[in-house]
Amino acid sequence: MNDSIIQLSGLTKRYGALTAVDNLNLSIAKGEIFGLLGPNGAGKTTSILMMLGLTEPNHGTAYVCGHNATRNPLAVKKKVGYLPDSVGFYDNMTALENLSFIARLNGLSETDAQTRSVDMLQTVGLAHVAHKKTATYSRGMKQRLGLADVLIKQPDVIILDEPTLGIDPSGVNEFLLLIKQLSREQGLTVLLSSHHLQQVQRVCDRVGIFVGGKLLVEGNIQTLAKDLLNKEGYTTTVMLQSADDLVLQAVTADLEQLPGFQTMSVKGSVLEIQTTADLTPDIVRTLVTHRADIIGVQRKEYSLDDIYEKYFQENKNTLHTNEKFNGFFQRSFFKKHRDRI
Amino acid sequence: MKNLTVSFKGLFSRNTETGSDPLTVLINKEVAAHIRSWRFIVLILLVLLTFVASTYVSSANLRNVINNAQDPDQAFLYLKLLTNTDNSVPAFHVFLNFLAPLLGIALGFDAINSERNGGTLTRLMAQPIYRDNLLIAKFLGPLIIVGTLLSALILFLIGGGLIATGVRMEPQEFLRIFGFVILSVIYIGFWLSLSILLSIRFKQAATSALTAIGIWLFFTVFFPIVINLLVHAVLPNPNYLSEAQLIKYNEVILNLLRLSPGQLYTDATTTLLTPSVRSLGPVSMEQMIGAIPSPLGVRDSLLIVWPQLSALIAATVVCFAISYYIFMRKEIRS
Repeated sequence: MNDSIIQLSGLTKRYGALTAVDNLNLSIAKGEIFGLLGPNGAGKTTSILMMLGLTEPNHGTAYVCGHNATRNPLAVKKKVGYLPDSVGFYDNMTALENLSFIARLNGLSETDAQTRSVDMLQTVGLAHVAHKKTATYSRGMKQRLGLADVLIKQPDVIILDEPTLGIDPSGVNEFLLLIKQLSREQGLTVLLSSHHLQQVQRVCDRVGIFVGGKLLVEGNIQTLAKDLLNKEGYTTTVMLQSADDLVLQAVTADLEQLPGFQTMSVKGSVLEIQTTADLTPDIVRTLVTHRADIIGVQRKEYSLDDIYEKYFQENKNTLHTNEKFNGFFQRSFFKKHRDRI
Repeated sequence: MKNLTVSFKGLFSRNTETGSDPLTVLINKEVAAHIRSWRFIVLILLVLLTFVASTYVSSANLRNVINNAQDPDQAFLYLKLLTNTDNSVPAFHVFLNFLAPLLGIALGFDAINSERNGGTLTRLMAQPIYRDNLLIAKFLGPLIIVGTLLSALILFLIGGGLIATGVRMEPQEFLRIFGFVILSVIYIGFWLSLSILLSIRFKQAATSALTAIGIWLFFTVFFPIVINLLVHAVLPNPNYLSEAQLIKYNEVILNLLRLSPGQLYTDATTTLLTPSVRSLGPVSMEQMIGAIPSPLGVRDSLLIVWPQLSALIAATVVCFAISYYIFMRKEIRS
């Protein structure tokens, strides 16, 4: 892709025996909102730090806005705004002072920094508390101030590390909408890391699922869901008013004729039918011809949760062996074991 | 989030002519943060208190000292004002020997780790500034404050002396006194860079403060004791030594003591503020014969303290270089 603004290739970071990020390849297009999803300790933050040149990768390169982040971090930092997961401000300074300090670090003159800070505070809705010390700010306010802080340098890319952590649900909504709106208005590229799926689902154009240092899948949510459906098959649940054994036997015989039918399980008056293709209409038709009293039909939809769960489960085993402290237990355990043998 | 639709990009054209230099911005912020802090007020009070106490004692005692014809330094009124004491309270430069490490440690022990614990370090490092700019600002900010504070105090002393006595100030007195101020700032700089190093090394501000105070205590209290014990254990009984050997061993002991930065500072300030000090080691009878007990010139005094001065600067630079090395390679995580 020529217009990709973030281009990671073969990015690897090891801490001793632990591989935090393993051969990460990712490209993010300009103007996109990309969600980096993964459980805690998956290597999301480490990847972000490498994109900003705050950590050196063992292998691979990270190009952001056309600059190598490891060799030329300053050029990258001019274009990229980064909101860390636990953002902090100087408690003894007011919000306005905090902002204009950052603006001046980005090369603005004092008056420019001042006017732009006031404007930014208005944008994120903190104008009424601009002259309060940030020590008095709530978590949600700090997060908004953090966003202002990121935007004040007029970046091309903003990277938000767990931006919704510790904000109440309505605050999260507002915050994500603000991000989305700003991104659309100014053509900002947004990279968002999170372990909250529903939240990310709402705003992201594309997501990548990141577990145990590896990017398992990437794509938009519909594609991911479809992939998973193809892999997992379709599940149709039919609720009947009453389950008549005779009727059920006839139905089963007919259903087994359908191409793509896999299994059917009966729990009381609920039928669960697994198929490889989408057979829900055929199933209903079959049941109707057999005069079964249908009171409900449900085709299982895959949400991001299922997608996430699925990929997370698959990698749980590899993740476990990766964990630092496990090595110790295994070593001592195996040693004893070996001694006995 | 009321004004969601406010578009800010392009509202202000990027101002390239009058952009501010990141280092200046950082230093300004450091200085402002220190001056507003309670810690600094306490330190200023402490310094003021010792200054007032020692100056009061020395000015009360000034008449006796100036009229003492035996003293080769009697003509230097302002140096006397700074150094003389009736032994009830130590002179200001002796006080400063204790206070300087305290100042340095107090202004630097949480330089980096408080930023990291507060989550501001990542935010700072995500800005387009060089990492060393932060370290340099952390070092220069407090030094500017301390330098200003000491200069102000000394100028106050000189002014007060001028008004009270009306005695003209010798140019060399002025040079010596300002040499003393610069020396003190360098000495504080050593402790500052040491504590910045510790603040990078230790995540908890309390640990780094304790370690710094531990190092300071070691050098002021235990180091002479250790040297003393070592000397008694290793060196032969002085009663059986010839004079030449005795002098040689004395020199060794002194040099060992000079491993402590406090000793270097004491040596240097004494020489600078007492023009008649000709040597920091023992002087033999042969050397004494023919020597006129008269004050040295500024240049000669500076020559005597030059090794001490360079050692202090070297120690500061070494600490700073280590901090630099650790910090530049460090992964910044919150």
